[in-house]
Amino acid sequence: MGRLKRGSRQLARLIVSLAVTVIVGGILTGALVRLSPGFGVDEHALDPERDAAALRAREAALPERGNILIYCARHTAGMLRGDLGMSRNWNRPVSGLLAERWPVTAQLMAVGMAGGWALALAFALPGLIWPARIWKTMAGVCSGTLLCVPSAALALLIFVYAGPVRAVMALAVFPRVYEYLENVLTQAAGQPHVMAARARGIAPGRILLWHVMPVAAPQMLALAGVSVSMAFGAAVAVEVICDFPGIGQLAWKAALARDLPLLVTLTMLVTLGTQVANSVGDLWTPQRSEARA
Amino acid sequence: MTRRLAWGFLALLMGLALAADWIGGGSYAQQFRDFPGAAMCRRFPLGTDALGRDRLVRLLVATRISLLLAPAAALVATVMAAAIGGIAGYCGGMLDRVTRRAIDLMLSLPWIFLLIAARALLPLNVPPAASVAITFALLAALGWAAPARVIRAGVRDLRDSDFLLQARACGCRGFRLLWRQVAPNLKPVLAAQFLTSVPLFILSEANLGLLGLGVADPLPSWGNLLHELETDLSFNPGVIACLGLMLAVLVCFRLLLNQPQTPNC
Repeated sequence: MGRLKRGSRQLARLIVSLAVTVIVGGILTGALVRLSPGFGVDEHALDPERDAAALRAREAALPERGNILIYCARHTAGMLRGDLGMSRNWNRPVSGLLAERWPVTAQLMAVGMAGGWALALAFALPGLIWPARIWKTMAGVCSGTLLCVPSAALALLIFVYAGPVRAVMALAVFPRVYEYLENVLTQAAGQPHVMAARARGIAPGRILLWHVMPVAAPQMLALAGVSVSMAFGAAVAVEVICDFPGIGQLAWKAALARDLPLLVTLTMLVTLGTQVANSVGDLWTPQRSEARA
Repeated sequence: MTRRLAWGFLALLMGLALAADWIGGGSYAQQFRDFPGAAMCRRFPLGTDALGRDRLVRLLVATRISLLLAPAAALVATVMAAAIGGIAGYCGGMLDRVTRRAIDLMLSLPWIFLLIAARALLPLNVPPAASVAITFALLAALGWAAPARVIRAGVRDLRDSDFLLQARACGCRGFRLLWRQVAPNLKPVLAAQFLTSVPLFILSEANLGLLGLGVADPLPSWGNLLHELETDLSFNPGVIACLGLMLAVLVCFRLLLNQPQTPNC
């Protein structure tokens, strides 16, 4: 009973903290967009047939022109009702744009996560079972080299030379995951009970599956949460360079066009997504949240 | 030994980059209109771009910009992180909670999304020198969050240590305590954070340049030199050289970071 109470209190605290972070993120983005040069100026301002009074009336009618706090409060209330506002740049409801584009980003992120994790595990696990120095060096060189290439340059290279562009996602996620994963698995493999199991002559595969993985699992789960954010970061570059109509490209276009409703919504949703992904790891690993605190 | 080699390579590259105008015998913006898109030759060791500008000079100037400004931005970010993380970790309480929330907020957004959003909100149609300043100032302003988290944790570990207790008992308090007692013990952490930030900022500038939000032409940067890949479909060694050089520099920074730091306690 006490455990249930503690768990629900932790969940409630997490939800409040998520809501506060998301709202503050939205307000800050809104404030930045409002202060940016060129905000609120559109093609109507260049129309010679409109007089100054008509332009002022048009500007005053824009909902973003008022108090930013009130705007964000209204926007958040609208989001809770399912109304994400209208994009000024696209002149379409934001929800429609998101519904159209999220499958592209989700697919890219899924490819990136699955491919990146598969590569990272493929390099990290054999090094753990047969700790040969050459294997670790090779894996380190591969991940280090990929880590030193900008993901946009990698996307451009593969795109220009007609390679599989989606592979960029996996190549961008792999080195970031591998570095942490290798550390986590090596630490878990150095535990006394693992050494005792080795001394007893238990098969390496069995040791890995039954003794190393359970120890490393909570940290791997936390890493999986963080890798969602890594995958989204890579997706932004890939979508812009390769002209994939996804959320990353939408964010890029919204930022360039200073499209306040779209940018605030995207920032709130991305913040929410990454925070939820990170929090799943935190909920499963209480010691990690304590360590972070 | 590896560390020395890395420092040596970076110093040599910096020397070459500083002597770019002398090596190339012209400015990075000078157009040789009779030689647009020239292949590698004795006069132009890396060829020329579509506008007839010497690629070698442009690459060296871009290297100079990255090797001077990325460490400068990393230094500013590390100092900001030390101030924010140090004060929050040392004071604790409400200030610490608010700082932690701010760090969480900064880190909850993917780095490239944050950079794109923030860069696009700043003036885009600016002179090249201003675009360089804006790009690296933005990196410095946004890059403090991850180091601040590490520094805050380091200060919290030190806060209840015996030597700080003794220093307090001797009457050392406030800023003096932070500056004279805590900061010297954080030197290895600060150095590691600085060395982590430099390659991150170099990569971020390159990513921004490739997305058209970095340093403005005609001033070269690794980002806008790599942008040539989009139009130059042949395997041009002059363009690939930029990628290779950037890779070498970043590997050097990784080697510097991988070496154990000597604790200065």
